[in-house]
Amino acid sequence: MFAYSVRRILMTLPVMLFVALFVFGLLSLTPGDPAVLIAGEDATQQDIERIRSALGLDQPFLIRFAEWLWRVAHGDLGQSLFTGLPVTHMISQRLAPTLTLMLMTLVCSILIAIPLGALSAWRHHSAFDRLMLMLAVLSFSVPSFVVGYLLAWIFGLEIKWLPVQGYVPFSQGIWASMRTLILPTFALCSVYVALITRITRATLLETLTQDYIRTARAKGVGNKGILFRHALKNVAVPVITIIGSGVALLISGAVVTETVFSIPGIGRLTVDAILRRDYPIIQGVILMFSLMYVMINLLVDLLYRAFDPRIKY
Amino acid sequence: MRKLWCFVKKHPAIAIGAFMLSLLVFIAIFAPWLGTIDPTALSPVRRTRAPSAQFWFGTDMLGRDVYSRVLYGARVSLTVGFSVAFLSALIGTVIGLAAGFNKLVDAVVMRVIDGMMSIPTILLAIALISLTKASMQIVILAITIAEIPRVVRLIRGLSLSLREQSYVESSIASGASSLRVIYKHIFPNTIAALTVQITYICGLAILAEASLSFIGAGVPPSVPSWGNIMAEGRTLWQIKPYLIAFPALFLSITILSINMLGDGLRDAIDPRIAKRI
Repeated sequence: MFAYSVRRILMTLPVMLFVALFVFGLLSLTPGDPAVLIAGEDATQQDIERIRSALGLDQPFLIRFAEWLWRVAHGDLGQSLFTGLPVTHMISQRLAPTLTLMLMTLVCSILIAIPLGALSAWRHHSAFDRLMLMLAVLSFSVPSFVVGYLLAWIFGLEIKWLPVQGYVPFSQGIWASMRTLILPTFALCSVYVALITRITRATLLETLTQDYIRTARAKGVGNKGILFRHALKNVAVPVITIIGSGVALLISGAVVTETVFSIPGIGRLTVDAILRRDYPIIQGVILMFSLMYVMINLLVDLLYRAFDPRIKY
Repeated sequence: MRKLWCFVKKHPAIAIGAFMLSLLVFIAIFAPWLGTIDPTALSPVRRTRAPSAQFWFGTDMLGRDVYSRVLYGARVSLTVGFSVAFLSALIGTVIGLAAGFNKLVDAVVMRVIDGMMSIPTILLAIALISLTKASMQIVILAITIAEIPRVVRLIRGLSLSLREQSYVESSIASGASSLRVIYKHIFPNTIAALTVQITYICGLAILAEASLSFIGAGVPPSVPSWGNIMAEGRTLWQIKPYLIAFPALFLSITILSINMLGDGLRDAIDPRIAKRI
């Protein structure tokens, strides 16, 4: 187990190195002079020179990459071309709403999806099961930002239960803040709920045909005992796997959902950065999200063992 | 006709999905003849009109006809979807087969794939697009690059397991070259799973393009794409919900029909392969 953990942790290094090489190398690979492009149409020669040296484009590639990597390793992601503030500062300012949104989405999805999936499997081929399967296909197809508008229209504009758009920071009260995140959370939930419901249902269906379940039944364990004490445990590993591989979806979804609900998080920061061609910010956001993805998947791989002692490495 | 009916009964998902998709392709191709006007024609006099007999889906804040824009938008979405599906299948298959047959290529390719998979599609595309001028080609290229790893993983996995099959081993033992084995035995056996995968990729690409255009990192704002129409409607949607409702509806129906087609194909092909996707 220890050897495996060390090996698994070391495996993240080449992945992160590749991501770094990618976001950095893109600047050099793109046709034309990125400095000219970023500076915009009515930039002076000085502006272009300033951007070029800010991005370090006036040196050979490998030296630039090594220097940049060194700075990144020390937590320096450079300065925004637009505001001149450090990228790390700008990202950390916007981190709270995005992380809260993601965390709420994860928790809500699990709380909604596992009971739905369990019920689908328990009553499989029933009308409820079929309805769930159909809803799953629908939520894979309707983009989260469309779901977002639909929810905002129903619960915000028509029945006026929740704020349509906007965000209230934590400092102005936890409930007030949570209220603004409820609709975005449910919009972002839709895909995750479908994924987790399907995997829960499939795993349970397979588990319920196992010998030990039959034995438990023969021994006189009731329906509830079979489901909760024997079968449901097996759902943990596949659900964690789905959460790990779904993080990329969650990140993409959060960026778009924040735009729908005007939440000043990382997504909005990215969107503003695209409009201003503020590449250091985009670089920083991608590095941060990729690191998050890699770390969550590392955690998932290490958690397997804790949830299922049968897994040996 | 009888045969067709039998097929529909046996695979309803494929039939419904294929029917809706061909309807959308029809709309995309014949958009100019379906009662549309120039989707970019401005007319400040008649801006933000509600849906009516004259303007079926209303007009936007610049007086452009939303019905025409939505119909022309089908062209953008389907072009992006089909191009990305075709390109990523082509490039991904070549890389996947090479990785499945050469240990050295495999080691390098899989590290790169792991790295690429850890960058979410939208962000990868944003990085590419923020460094170039917005255009349809760049959007297609960016989404293709993001989707290639999926195909590579599938093809590599399949060819690794197919290579262990006895008929492939006997072919190698009787002196067939690697290329011949790939061409004769491996590639034909990946086509079924690949078809399902590229159907899903087509849907994902349409979603990615719409999301990118919606946040302002997609096709140029002058192009009437569903994402762009929704982005323009964003400021006014609370009082004029139809500005967003119609493109959103078309977008959802398109992805739904592609997903139904994919699910149907997945169930129709060998269920053992289906499990891998």
